[in-house]
Amino acid sequence: MAALEEGFTLTAVPLGSGPDGPLGVEQSDKTDQFLVTDSGRTVILYKVSDQKPLGSWSVKQGQIITCPAVCNFQTGEYIVVHDNKVLRIWNNEDVNLDKVFKATLSAEVYRIHSIQGAEPLVLFKEGAIRGLEALLAEPQQKIETVTSDEEVIKWTKFFMVFRHPVLIFITEKHGNYFAYVQKFNSRILSKYTLLLRQEEKSAAQSFSASVYRKFISLMSLSSDGCVYETLIPIHPSDPEKNQRVVRSLLLKSVVSGSARSGVALTILDQDHVAVLGPPLSASKECLSIWNTKFQTLQASKELPQGTSGQLWYHGENLFMLHGKFLTVIPYKCEVSSLAGALGKLKHSQDPDIHAMTHFVNWETSQGYGLGSQNSEQSKRILRRRKIEASVQPEVPPSTQLLAAVQKDSEKHIEVELRKFLAVKRTPDFHTIIGDVVIGLLGRCKAEPSFYPRNCLMQLIQTRVLSYSLCPGLMEFALEKTDVQILQLCLQQFPDIPESVTCACLKIFLSIGDDSLQETDINMESVSDYTAIIQDGEIEEQTEILQNGFNPEEDNCENCAQELTEKPQAAAEESTSCPVTGKRAALLNAILHSAYSETFLLPHLKDIPAQHITLFLQYLYFLYLKCSENATMTLPGIHPPTLNQIMDWICLLLDANFTVVVMLPEAKRLLLSLYKFVKSQISICSELNKIEVSFRELQKLNQEKTNRELYSIEVLELF
Amino acid sequence: MDAFGGPIWSMAASPSGSQLLVGCEDGSVKLFQITPDKIQFERNFDRQKSRILSLSWHPAGTHIAAGSIDYISVFDVKSGSAIHKMLVDRQYMGVSKRKCIVWGVAFLSDGTVISADSAGKVQFWDSATGTLVKNHLIADADVQSIAVSDQEDSFVVGTAEGTVFHFQLVSVTSNSSEKQWVRTKPFQHHTHDVRAVAHSPIALISGGTDTHLVIRPLMEKVEVKNYDAALRKITFPHRRLVSCAKKKQLLLFQFAHHLELWRLGSTVATGKNGDTLPLSKNADHLLHLKTKGPENIICSCISPCGSWIAYSTASRFFLYRLNYEHDNINLQRVSKMPAFLRSALQILFSEDSAKLFVASNQGSLHVIRLLEGSFKHLHTFQPQSGTVESMCLLAVSPDGNWLAASGTSAGVHVYNVKQLKLHCTVPAYNFPVTALAIAPNTNNLVIAHSDQQVFEYSIPDKQYTQWSRTIQKQGFHHLWLQRDTPITHISFHPKRPMHILLHDAYMFCIIDKSLPLPNDKTLLYNPLPPTNESDIIRRRTAHAFKISKKYKPLLFMDLLDERTLVAVERPLDDIIAQLPPPIKKKKFGT
Repeated sequence: MAALEEGFTLTAVPLGSGPDGPLGVEQSDKTDQFLVTDSGRTVILYKVSDQKPLGSWSVKQGQIITCPAVCNFQTGEYIVVHDNKVLRIWNNEDVNLDKVFKATLSAEVYRIHSIQGAEPLVLFKEGAIRGLEALLAEPQQKIETVTSDEEVIKWTKFFMVFRHPVLIFITEKHGNYFAYVQKFNSRILSKYTLLLRQEEKSAAQSFSASVYRKFISLMSLSSDGCVYETLIPIHPSDPEKNQRVVRSLLLKSVVSGSARSGVALTILDQDHVAVLGPPLSASKECLSIWNTKFQTLQASKELPQGTSGQLWYHGENLFMLHGKFLTVIPYKCEVSSLAGALGKLKHSQDPDIHAMTHFVNWETSQGYGLGSQNSEQSKRILRRRKIEASVQPEVPPSTQLLAAVQKDSEKHIEVELRKFLAVKRTPDFHTIIGDVVIGLLGRCKAEPSFYPRNCLMQLIQTRVLSYSLCPGLMEFALEKTDVQILQLCLQQFPDIPESVTCACLKIFLSIGDDSLQETDINMESVSDYTAIIQDGEIEEQTEILQNGFNPEEDNCENCAQELTEKPQAAAEESTSCPVTGKRAALLNAILHSAYSETFLLPHLKDIPAQHITLFLQYLYFLYLKCSENATMTLPGIHPPTLNQIMDWICLLLDANFTVVVMLPEAKRLLLSLYKFVKSQISICSELNKIEVSFRELQKLNQEKTNRELYSIEVLELF
Repeated sequence: MDAFGGPIWSMAASPSGSQLLVGCEDGSVKLFQITPDKIQFERNFDRQKSRILSLSWHPAGTHIAAGSIDYISVFDVKSGSAIHKMLVDRQYMGVSKRKCIVWGVAFLSDGTVISADSAGKVQFWDSATGTLVKNHLIADADVQSIAVSDQEDSFVVGTAEGTVFHFQLVSVTSNSSEKQWVRTKPFQHHTHDVRAVAHSPIALISGGTDTHLVIRPLMEKVEVKNYDAALRKITFPHRRLVSCAKKKQLLLFQFAHHLELWRLGSTVATGKNGDTLPLSKNADHLLHLKTKGPENIICSCISPCGSWIAYSTASRFFLYRLNYEHDNINLQRVSKMPAFLRSALQILFSEDSAKLFVASNQGSLHVIRLLEGSFKHLHTFQPQSGTVESMCLLAVSPDGNWLAASGTSAGVHVYNVKQLKLHCTVPAYNFPVTALAIAPNTNNLVIAHSDQQVFEYSIPDKQYTQWSRTIQKQGFHHLWLQRDTPITHISFHPKRPMHILLHDAYMFCIIDKSLPLPNDKTLLYNPLPPTNESDIIRRRTAHAFKISKKYKPLLFMDLLDERTLVAVERPLDDIIAQLPPPIKKKKFGT
């Protein structure tokens, strides 16, 4: 349930604004401080919780600010544009805007965008986009024209998608709307034509957008009072072509269709939008929060003194002009649930806000807003926090490294990487490492010959990477069948999905011995026991004394018959490792990895039968080796534990039992495994019996020592 | 009084304290009215089909929950009828057990009923709907006890595996008002069943078959890391269970259902420090006196001359006369005990065995003159008006003039036995008295308290002695104050008036009042300095507290004569060996 809280005015004195209201409200680099730009000549920095201005800057008489001031989060400076072309940059200490840094550009600026974690971007009126740094390096550079004649930018927004900046802007030409999406990781500008349905010949009045999974959800509030949603793919299938996207009705009649002006729309989170405008034609203007998932009105607040039809949303505050005053209304959106929407959950009702009951026609609204099932709470807020956490003063080696990744040679990247790793770790170290890996992978995909193996190994060994931080890495290594990297990943990553673990297992089992021979694999988990194996020597003694118990002597008649057929082979099987040392090291990495049975089992079924048999043979071998000593452990530095071995044997048999039973070569293995497990069970039961006898002995022993119930001793007391 | 429902399995007093519920073998739940002078039957609740093993009141006193076999009933107190019958699943790990016994229930003010049962489950029920809300399987064996904190934000359960689990009501997410019960901490301090648990504001207390009482402080409630934050394990009752007839060298041991009388052995050999001497005569087990009926023995005493034994159960008082004829003992019960001698909390004989002092559980003290084979009631000291406190510790002066008696909190009263009147009252102290004794000759009363303070009070002067004032001014050594167990017995050396001998379960100590007191910098446990050291060094390192930890756990220690001490050890292994075996856990295989 969403709620609007008691609002408050930010300024005691009315803004010196024209009829259009302020130009913009933008966040500054400190929380709770906002830059308010009025449409005249003034920029004011407000601290919202204190409701007071912290600073005010004005341009000279005759000049006029044309673009709202923003804060450059990387430097903490403020940027504003006046007279369309003149860029001013200043900071808190500056008093007079005339004396601060000035750059005159060659084209007219539409907006400057700045969000945390990214370089500010300048959007020109002709649709060209420049980074601020590039622009300041050469202010008079030529700015190309992207949009056609008479095409006017109506609205624009800048956000981060998976740590990459994306800018979207909407243009209008003769009642047709176009959306341009600029992605900065690929430098692709995609153009979309927003198609209106035939019957809906209405002009869009206000836009808002948010990112939902792989789409930008663009919402528009039309002059007919309805909210429409358009889904624009972030990764277009064919970026060059002009594509068409259809908009669909999301909410019906949220504002009066006759409202000429003063309507605005803002997406608050995945399920909530804020709408500013008169709900009925005759009524006063209202600020309301709608739940798009359930199509219900969640909260509404009347603004009797009228608004300018502008609505800004930062953090948990909504900003709007109410009458002549800039008003802040804090709001709350909780996770929407059906119970909440239908009123089954109890909510503390704010007496100030009257929630209207709107009945929804579920038939007509079907398929518009109900599709989203992911009720993750305010993805956007979370993302912002993450970005905030990672914003740090830029470390030169990391930027250099990121730049190097994009274009330099493998050697050079290695040098840069070493430089970067040499400096002290910053809090955002792991995100940078993640970025570097993603950058490298991106380049690998683009250039098939480029494969910076050493760099990747070094990066994995920083021990800060995880599967989710660089999702493509293991897939890429699987593609390349680079078992060394896969082994490293298995050892280092805590969060490998079971499907990937299984894919690694498949590769490890199927890769040829000759290709394994060339690779350099960490053999630390496989110690001396494979050394024996590789020589092919059979040590008869080790075979007999497993925990002092010989499975050969077990009186399992049926099995014995089978086994006597090939006694030599059986003996060999129990002592020599069925796989080479390198393969054993790789398989041990699999044994050590974390998994969840339910997710692993289906994937294990896909492994070919002979590989299953081989793996089982290896596991059986390990089990025998384990049982050779009293502690039930394998020698070596980091060997697989008995539990891991047993779990994997059980898993493999669970997944492939029918197959394994049918295979003639696996039958003997199963029988010997069965016999051995049986003998182990009988050992355990014997041990339990012995324990009881020992306890009796101990009791007897105790009684002997306590026999002296009465004694007389000599004690010298002080 | 009889509840007329067969054995009583459970009892619960109402939150207001005016009513008592009793759960009986025949499945009846009976409500009794408690008035200051009597307990009166009020009415029966709907009868259930099997025994009622646990009972709990709703904090408002309107409903009760009763745990039976296989189900829990919720009753409305006003109507006495069962509102809900909540069936407990017999299944245990997929195996159907024969019965599921609900060992414990707790009713919370929000209507939740928590149950603990023999299938190892702790379950949460909604008493309004009679439905199961949540199930925690916590043990392979019975969950036997449950206790809820006063704030109802945490509770504790004890299992037959010796484990104690702490459950807490915690927020689902931080800052969220929605809370749920979460099993937070397991504690394994017991080897056997945990039969009873209690939840104090700052600690979990558990006790069970292994005879230990464990106090586990809740670290989050402890503000300062001090001695109170330490885990405490209490093994022995803080009472004297052994009495000694010094002249005849007899020891009387008190067990739950019998008394044993032993004559100490003797030796003719001598030896040096640390030697164990060969026995010329072994210790003799003279008498094994079984009680009649099921009641436990509360207290017992043997007279200093060894010819009288007295003991008391909850409802009866017994006095025996012993006659020794060479190796034969003739035991003769003194019959026709007066009606006022129904039961006693503490019994004491005077030094000359001519008088018997009995502290009865109504707070009065009876003085009885013992004659050959009979007795005569001399006087009864009535309790101070307005107090209902019973006296639980007695001490008599060796000259027989003074009798000191202490309750749990109201100070120590000293009576003049000759004039049969109250002589004075030692001011009340915050902590209960654990041991009392009156020194010979000086008639100084030595009082040990549970906080390990020791006071010396001069009865003739009616004031604390100079030594007591000095030690109070300087304070006891911090290690002395941090001991776990209280002083349970104090005795004196007849020839050395400056010595006080006292002991707890882990040490005995001779306080030499003539030596300087130890301060916190000196070593408290000062082992005997080597004899080859010069006298000066020995004197410099010596202080008033001479402690020996040679015998532990020490149940009793007393001075038989000037040169003989008797110490009774009770090895824990012996106690454990007599316990039923705990639930066996396999060590090998799974």
